[in-house]
Amino acid sequence: MGFRNRLPGRKLAHRGLSVTVGVQAGGTTLLAVPAFLLMIALFVYPFIYGLLLSFRPKVGHWLANYQIFFSDPFLYDTLGKTFALAIPVTCLSLLLAIPVAMRVRLMQRQRLLTTLLVLPLTLGTVLVAQGMLGYFGPQGWFNRTMMDLGLLLSPVKLTHNYTGVLLSLLITGFPFTFLLTLSHVTGIDPALEQAAATLGARPASRFRYIFLPLLLPGLAMTFCLSFVQAFSVFPSAVLVGEPAGATRVISIAAYHAAFEEYDYSMASAIAMLMGAAQLAVVVLVLSLRSIVYRGPSAGGKG
Amino acid sequence: MMPGYRKHTVHGYAIDIGGRLWVYAIWAVTIWFVVNLLALIGSVVVSSFSTRWLRSWFPDGLTLRWYSSAWAEFQLGEVLSTTFTVVGAVVVLAGLLGVPAAYALARRDFPGKRWFMLLFLLPLMVPPVTYGIPLATVLYQAGPGGTIWGVILANLVPTVPFVILVMIPFIEQIDPRIEAAARIFGASTPQLFIHVLLPILAPGILAALLLVMVRTIAMFELTFLTAGPTSQTLVVALYYSVFASGVRAVQSIDAMAVIYMVITLIWLLIALRFVNPTQLVSRVKPSNHPT
Repeated sequence: MGFRNRLPGRKLAHRGLSVTVGVQAGGTTLLAVPAFLLMIALFVYPFIYGLLLSFRPKVGHWLANYQIFFSDPFLYDTLGKTFALAIPVTCLSLLLAIPVAMRVRLMQRQRLLTTLLVLPLTLGTVLVAQGMLGYFGPQGWFNRTMMDLGLLLSPVKLTHNYTGVLLSLLITGFPFTFLLTLSHVTGIDPALEQAAATLGARPASRFRYIFLPLLLPGLAMTFCLSFVQAFSVFPSAVLVGEPAGATRVISIAAYHAAFEEYDYSMASAIAMLMGAAQLAVVVLVLSLRSIVYRGPSAGGKG
Repeated sequence: MMPGYRKHTVHGYAIDIGGRLWVYAIWAVTIWFVVNLLALIGSVVVSSFSTRWLRSWFPDGLTLRWYSSAWAEFQLGEVLSTTFTVVGAVVVLAGLLGVPAAYALARRDFPGKRWFMLLFLLPLMVPPVTYGIPLATVLYQAGPGGTIWGVILANLVPTVPFVILVMIPFIEQIDPRIEAAARIFGASTPQLFIHVLLPILAPGILAALLLVMVRTIAMFELTFLTAGPTSQTLVVALYYSVFASGVRAVQSIDAMAVIYMVITLIWLLIALRFVNPTQLVSRVKPSNHPT
């Protein structure tokens, strides 16, 4: 009885599903339309507008803005300076995040440590900047402690230069990188490592042959997302850096063009170059990933 | 849970001196990071309570006056109400737009879906300044630039895709037969959403929206580019106050920064109570027993 009742029910369920797909497909798909329109209006349209605007310079022919950018060292150096900050910061936080995440994974009570490591998310750039200036400054606790311990003879300059911005970006960027890495690491089935360990693989080779291949897709994504954050560095480059010199990053140049010279065309050109540089890195990292690793990209997450 | 596994790992390290040193090195680096971080926060907190602090280990005296003056000097009440209006509106709108879109993208296949996904991925992959500058230009031309609406609209650009990308895996893990069953019993799409999907998806939505909240409070670039004098959020007001540092005492800025930290910290701690941070990108925690 029950069996006979269930069978048509199932058929019905299947039919119901196919009916849903067939008739309601339009209706449900329409749910994505508001978000889609919003993106068109607030992201695609301004982007195209900015791109076109960048080809309509105040003076000169249509490529004049780009010509100025690449002929003026004060402008084109900003691109190099941004990369010189963003790449080390991203690599360092990733290289720190992987081993720490691998340890945290084994801990029973991860919550306290995770919360401590994620704490900088709440600080805000200004607090980090103020803290950097106070704590790492020449009269700050860091230099005092180091000198009292005899590790330093004179205070080391850690603020208002490249190092200051690097450290501040590392403090604000690490939590995000760590969170993403941790969630990728914990997404890998522990049974795989267990199997390797049973077969006598040492921790180093377990990491090399089990974890790394499974982690690579996630790490490539993490790299990209962390890189965006470091690449758009603006407040910390101004507050703890040397905004006229070593840490004049590209977003400062864009802001300067837009809101101090009121040359929106030039500002858009700089913004477009910034986006292009950023996307070039993303494409490079994602294609490197597909060269290095050709397995299923899900990485045991599904 | 897996005693054999754990024991094996410990045993493996015990015989491996190199591995042991490696573990100590990781702990040393982690502790070094946390200690310096806490000292850095501590120095700002101490400074915000200090009367005068120059060239010494500790300030000359302690006072609360920077907090009371911060309230008046920075129009903190106004800034806070702007901040909460912006954050509240962004959270609600991002949820209302993002969750249904995520549902459609998780459940339906349609031509050009890859391009849809790309469209929602790009705002997260492009630096905010890149689209922020043209967006601010457009918003100023269209009207809402410089007003609180401009700030809200600009902040939707990264948050709606964020909600979508976080929610898609959550939705995909729900058995579609649950919805099929509701359909068979005659549920309409709104009924399905309110009575079936919303309760199941609540933890995921809550997680995504709390993260949107933390992100929006901290979002500097977009707010900075689109805000006018009356629509500054806390993070932007704080930045401007540092720029006027000739006028403001360091302690006063520090007091503001501490207020900012406490506000975000409360929300992050609430978020961490509901959300396991390790589940941000993974769908489900891998089950420890074979199924």
